[in-house]
Amino acid sequence: MTFTDFLQLLTDGLVLGSMYGLIAVGYTMVYGILQIINFAHGEIFMLGGFGALFAYAWVPALHEISLWAALPVMLVVGVLVSVTAAVAAERFTYRPLRNAPRLAPLITAIGLSLFLQQVVFNFFTLPGESMGITAPVPFPQLDGGPLRLGGVTVSYAAILTLVVAAGAMTGLTYFVGRTRTGRAMQATAQDPKTARLMGIDTDRVIVVAFAVGAVLAAVACLTQGLRLGSISYNMGFIAGLKGFTAAVLGGIGNIRGAMLGGVVLGVAESLASGLLPHLPSLQMFGGSVWKDVWAFVILIVVLLIRPQGLLGERIADRA
Amino acid sequence: MHHTRLLKFGVPLLAGALTLTACGSRDEGDDTGSSASTGTTITIGFDAPLSKDLAAVGLGMKNSAELAVKKANADKVVPGVTFKLASKDDQATPNIGQQNAAAFVADNSVVGVVGAYNSSVSAAMQSTLHDATMVQVSGANTAATLTQGADYKTAPKRQYDNYFRTISTDAVAAPVMAEYFYKDLKVKKIATVDDKKTYGTGIVENFTDAYKKLGGKVTIHQSINPDEADYAAVVNSVKSSGAQGVFYGGEYPQAGPLKKQLVAAGFDGPMGGGDAVKDDQLIPLAGAKAANGVCAHSDGAPIDSLDSAKSFVADYKAAGYSEGYGVFGAYVYDATTALIKAVGAAVDANGGKAGDLTQLRPKVVAAMQQVAFDGATGEVGFDEYGDSVNQVISVNCVKNGAWKNGVKIVTVK
Repeated sequence: MTFTDFLQLLTDGLVLGSMYGLIAVGYTMVYGILQIINFAHGEIFMLGGFGALFAYAWVPALHEISLWAALPVMLVVGVLVSVTAAVAAERFTYRPLRNAPRLAPLITAIGLSLFLQQVVFNFFTLPGESMGITAPVPFPQLDGGPLRLGGVTVSYAAILTLVVAAGAMTGLTYFVGRTRTGRAMQATAQDPKTARLMGIDTDRVIVVAFAVGAVLAAVACLTQGLRLGSISYNMGFIAGLKGFTAAVLGGIGNIRGAMLGGVVLGVAESLASGLLPHLPSLQMFGGSVWKDVWAFVILIVVLLIRPQGLLGERIADRA
Repeated sequence: MHHTRLLKFGVPLLAGALTLTACGSRDEGDDTGSSASTGTTITIGFDAPLSKDLAAVGLGMKNSAELAVKKANADKVVPGVTFKLASKDDQATPNIGQQNAAAFVADNSVVGVVGAYNSSVSAAMQSTLHDATMVQVSGANTAATLTQGADYKTAPKRQYDNYFRTISTDAVAAPVMAEYFYKDLKVKKIATVDDKKTYGTGIVENFTDAYKKLGGKVTIHQSINPDEADYAAVVNSVKSSGAQGVFYGGEYPQAGPLKKQLVAAGFDGPMGGGDAVKDDQLIPLAGAKAANGVCAHSDGAPIDSLDSAKSFVADYKAAGYSEGYGVFGAYVYDATTALIKAVGAAVDANGGKAGDLTQLRPKVVAAMQQVAFDGATGEVGFDEYGDSVNQVISVNCVKNGAWKNGVKIVTVK
């Protein structure tokens, strides 16, 4: 185990963590305003990737140009698909249940997850192939081999993930802190009733929260497709689980916390699997088999010491 | 109160749902015309997945069986007997396979069954057909446990005396791969990765044993979670372990991305795998460039490479089937021919008469064990476990972005 190996693990962890963070934001924003967990968010993430792939596969003109140039088009289509699904989900499955017991939207979310997975499974079609997919579907790849920065190997897609995550978070911070809609969101999160009395259209704010979460999820899925080379209809389950964990770790309801939680989770997984095998008497707890165990041990420890999460604030219990 | 209500509605609903699934299987029925009205008509059952994603493979197998039946009828292999193929779709699902087996048993004109494609489906059919002492012969099952039991490595024991196969098993494949990596590719240090499933861990175990016996060193063993897509942790450990190559026990949907991520991390060594890695989809999943250097075995020799298969290939093409004969066609063709020959021997022993077909079934089982002839895949015959006497393993590698089949063909004695 050299220092370079350590840096490699750290880099991999950061990349993985930024992706978790992008997904976690979607959970945290919806929870911050509605106090519900949108467990279908993993599938919103998955739809973003399939939207992007759909655009790439069915528009032959995109094959003529370099993938870098095609990316914006794929991103726009992916984002549109995710946002449409998220907004429709809010309108048809969450809004009718807004005053129902807490368990009801949770069950709806699980149903919605299965529904969205099965829609992609049965109906996603690539040109010249029969309808539906079974195995993972190949995703177009950026040209150019991995970069070597002083012994650390990084792919272009990994760098893109870091850049995009940083950009998205900066944009989001500006949006929530500086714009009118963003401040309306903060107000709704603090006290929905008073916000409505102040003339804020809370229904609209909720839709925006779902939509913004979906945008970041679609971005995350696009970067995962580019990084790992394939996407599958059931990829949302694990991604959603990790994103949710990151959101809780960072303090659910806190946007910066979600990003931090993601990065902590990603780095913890990477270090646990790569570092522990090299420590004396800890070999048997290392390796990729144990990485989820360590990730959740960290979650449990953090929640024991800080039940509100890393950056969470104590919020009045409105349950 | 709640419970009774749940039972009242739930049970019929469940029962209804089960019935519906049962009805879902596509019954192909008779499709080999039996024009001869004289003599006896004997039906050969056929079972394979004929719908959904394995349909192409299954239909190729069915066409091959049909071809064998037509040829036997034209050549009058068994005088006075006309053969007919009755095929059923198992949708690659064990319980549907079992229902099909029961239907074949109930049909008095069926003397034996050719099938199935999946080892798991055959495992579900074996006992039903065994109870009726009917021959089951497969040209595609490669799980060693079907013939030699769960302890096939230490204490092989025949499972069913009515089950036979014409293709070789996975048990002999892993040592062939170990030798290919150690001797041909000169990979002396290897990392092994599995997906924690029965197939994956089993093949890695067999590979490791054989590789170590040759003198190779396994630098590290890792497992991936097949539900995840990011294998960075595994890739890093493999890289830093100093391995020259990787052997992956698992299936192509994970093998492709794993190879891609290995290459992306700067690991250029070859990657080995079992027959579940040998799939055309692997190449787009890994990326045409990164896929180079993946080597996986397949059971049996590539049909195009066999001199003995030339007339089968020509006949198949002449018959104008829309699906290709695939990897297993010639093996199914030989399996069907073997069954027909066994029926012929049983009829001979019966004084040239077929008689009551349910009485003929055990005689066909006994005759099947003795069958020996030169088929499309070479020597056809069965050993004391019901396995083929002709155990051939091919090594296939991705070169220049495409599978090159039969890079090495090994006959295991």
